[in-house]
Amino acid sequence: MGQHQDVYFVPSKSQWPIVAAVVLFLTVFGAGHWLNAEPGESGFGKTFLLIGFVGVLAMFFGWFRAVIRESLAGRYNAQVDRSFRMGMMWFIFSEVMFFGAFFGALFYARLYAVPWLGGEGHGVLTHQFLWNDYAAAWGANGGNGPARIGGSFETVPPWGMPLLNTLILLTSSVTVTIAHHAIKDGHRGRVLLFLGLTVLLGASFLYFQANEYMEAYRELNLTLKSGVYGSTFFMLTGFHGMHVTLGTIMLAVMWLRELKGHFTRDHHFAFEAVAWYWHFVDVVWLGLFIFVYIL
Amino acid sequence: MAHAATHDQHDDHHHGAPKGFFARWVMSTNHKDIGTLYLVLSLIAFFIGGSFAMVIRAELFKPGLQLVQPYFFNEMTTLHALVMIFGAVMPAFVGLGNWMIPLMIGAPDMALPRMNNLSFWLLPFAFVLLLSTLFLPGGGPAGGWTLYPPLSLQGQSLAYSVFAIHLMGISSIMGAINIIATILNLRAPGMDLLKMPVFVWTWLITAFLLIAVMPVLAGAVTMLLTDKYFGTSFFNAAGGGDPVLYQHIFWFFGHPEVYIMILPAFGLISEIIPTFARKPIFGYKAMVFAVASIAFLSFIVWAHHMFAVGLPLGADIFFMYATMLIAVPTGVKVFNWVSTMWGGSMSFETPMLWAVAFVILFTIGGFSGLMLALVPADFQYHDSYFVVAHFHYVLVTGAIFAIIAGVYYWLPKWTGRMYSEFWGKVHFWNSVVWVNVLFFPQHFLGLAGMPRRIPDYNVAFANFNMVSSIGGFLFGASQLIFLGVIVHCVFFSRKQALDRVWEGARGLEWTVPSPAPHHTFEVPPLIHDEDLAHGHAVD
Repeated sequence: MGQHQDVYFVPSKSQWPIVAAVVLFLTVFGAGHWLNAEPGESGFGKTFLLIGFVGVLAMFFGWFRAVIRESLAGRYNAQVDRSFRMGMMWFIFSEVMFFGAFFGALFYARLYAVPWLGGEGHGVLTHQFLWNDYAAAWGANGGNGPARIGGSFETVPPWGMPLLNTLILLTSSVTVTIAHHAIKDGHRGRVLLFLGLTVLLGASFLYFQANEYMEAYRELNLTLKSGVYGSTFFMLTGFHGMHVTLGTIMLAVMWLRELKGHFTRDHHFAFEAVAWYWHFVDVVWLGLFIFVYIL
Repeated sequence: MAHAATHDQHDDHHHGAPKGFFARWVMSTNHKDIGTLYLVLSLIAFFIGGSFAMVIRAELFKPGLQLVQPYFFNEMTTLHALVMIFGAVMPAFVGLGNWMIPLMIGAPDMALPRMNNLSFWLLPFAFVLLLSTLFLPGGGPAGGWTLYPPLSLQGQSLAYSVFAIHLMGISSIMGAINIIATILNLRAPGMDLLKMPVFVWTWLITAFLLIAVMPVLAGAVTMLLTDKYFGTSFFNAAGGGDPVLYQHIFWFFGHPEVYIMILPAFGLISEIIPTFARKPIFGYKAMVFAVASIAFLSFIVWAHHMFAVGLPLGADIFFMYATMLIAVPTGVKVFNWVSTMWGGSMSFETPMLWAVAFVILFTIGGFSGLMLALVPADFQYHDSYFVVAHFHYVLVTGAIFAIIAGVYYWLPKWTGRMYSEFWGKVHFWNSVVWVNVLFFPQHFLGLAGMPRRIPDYNVAFANFNMVSSIGGFLFGASQLIFLGVIVHCVFFSRKQALDRVWEGARGLEWTVPSPAPHHTFEVPPLIHDEDLAHGHAVD
């Protein structure tokens, strides 16, 4: 159960939760309206979405600023620190489960849905009566289903940019760990160097990923609409890319905070939380590299 | 760590609640106020969802189309379920957990109080979003609460329902993280894990389930969203996808979800029965391990909701046996509740009446669940009123009865005044009679072949439907008594409650004054034997 404080810490009341609820509502309400808008008619959906999104950024800025100030004022005891750690751990677990849903869709489509459409197992009659010219295969020759939704396409070869991106992310995990050790040793210069390197590696990952997407759309005709292959490919790598973006921003914020001297040898949980997140993003990528690109 | 600094900006800390309405209820970091907000929201949602149910039963009173159009009827079945599940039952448990978990383990508040406030405040916005779809051109979601594609992909409302579910999911995940951090990190010294009240244990396990499956639901509905608006083919066979894939992902969430709605109910009943039987709970550890087993099994039984879609035979058989296995730990629980009462000096105050009714009626729902678990039998029962009867026995006479029992049990602790025992009992007896008139005939309707989710039916089903509707109207009306009892207790009751409201009650929450002060356990309490709900301070 660990050691206990003599007095508990309960934070003061705050306006940020209600601000967060309002801006999140504006964001999704705007998005919903925008998605349903007739072609050509933009309506207020886009405006709400934009206001909401900017509001979300402002909310994060304000909320974290308040927390950082309390933290720097030494108000958080060891018990609060443990609560934060548990919060981050379980948040990452929830993210793992979110990606699990999309990996599950990938495995199901590949192992069951597509072969069944091709007549395997109990799909015999469906195949014969509905899609008897469909030869089931994953990837370029059948991954977009019997109706060839999105037209013929080619897949991204794994040993080019995806391999490079794998090496980039693996390296960034090493650099962020070196930065962590440097914080513990109190070497600020080394922290700034290696944390900065990590940010750059994250940004270059995103740059290559964006290039890969453009190539997929322009030259390979592999799009989000390329049947279930395109759906799983872009949703998995896309959500991963969003997480890398978020992670890179968070790492950059940590770099700025280190520059301002916020972290001490013993107190740098924010940095550790971001590092955990970064490792999680890295592990997800390894899963993607194996199951989406190679296999 | 400087302790002097822990009371920062706490001008109100020692003087009770903040003065301003906005500051107190909207900017709150107080687990009791946030718990109250959750409970009030839940009560409102209970009546909104209930009014939808009244529309359904009114239309089904007679064969033929009398009152509403079929599309509106379908909106009612869909929204009734979504509002009751995400608006009434889940927030009620989170509200009870918020109020009681810190009091039961000697914590000052939840571990992350500001996030706690955000968890609550996302919900009203999510429900505004969801219910506003009723006024959209083309109407709200009408494909059933499970949102199966391709039906759910029709109409404009999908985007709003999906975003509402995203908001509710964020709220649930944050709430669950908070509960886990509170229980694992803020227990008073001496409150070992295996000395915690069963209610706290069930919430710990429920919170784990929530964090594990709410993201999966978010993923599933995100796929619906992209299938409709961005041209993906997850659930489109022409593009290599499969509508059954949605059902797999949905029920991977959905089955743990139904345990999310019953495990805290088990916890409530496990607190109430020992109090009024004046005996410690029978088999405390078995109760904890049974809940853990049920939670584990909930991850490997999901496809029993899908027996009729044409799964491979091996899958049918696996999911059938795994499902039947759940009866074992559930049986342990029912056995232990009965054994707790056995030989106790029982008294039947209102909370106990609800708890005893729970044990009997939930078990009926359990048995019909066992019938549905059998693949060959399920081919017959699937999507019939038998299923409707089954899940209303576990959700209404199960989850809702337990919530009501919990409210009667702790209402005096919250308000400092006693509710009217007479009207509580009137509420109970009306509810328990009419709920059976409402749902029991639905078993027979289902066995006779009446499908669920239809506004019209064969005249052969007329009599039982009329009986069921009468039960429904009277059960619905009985809940107005509940509202009256609560309003009376909160605003008008003169009868002071004792600190230990029930003489047989054990546990830390009864050591604080009634009403519980705005801040409790600012310093970790010393735990004595009588402060533990079950067991002894020193074994």
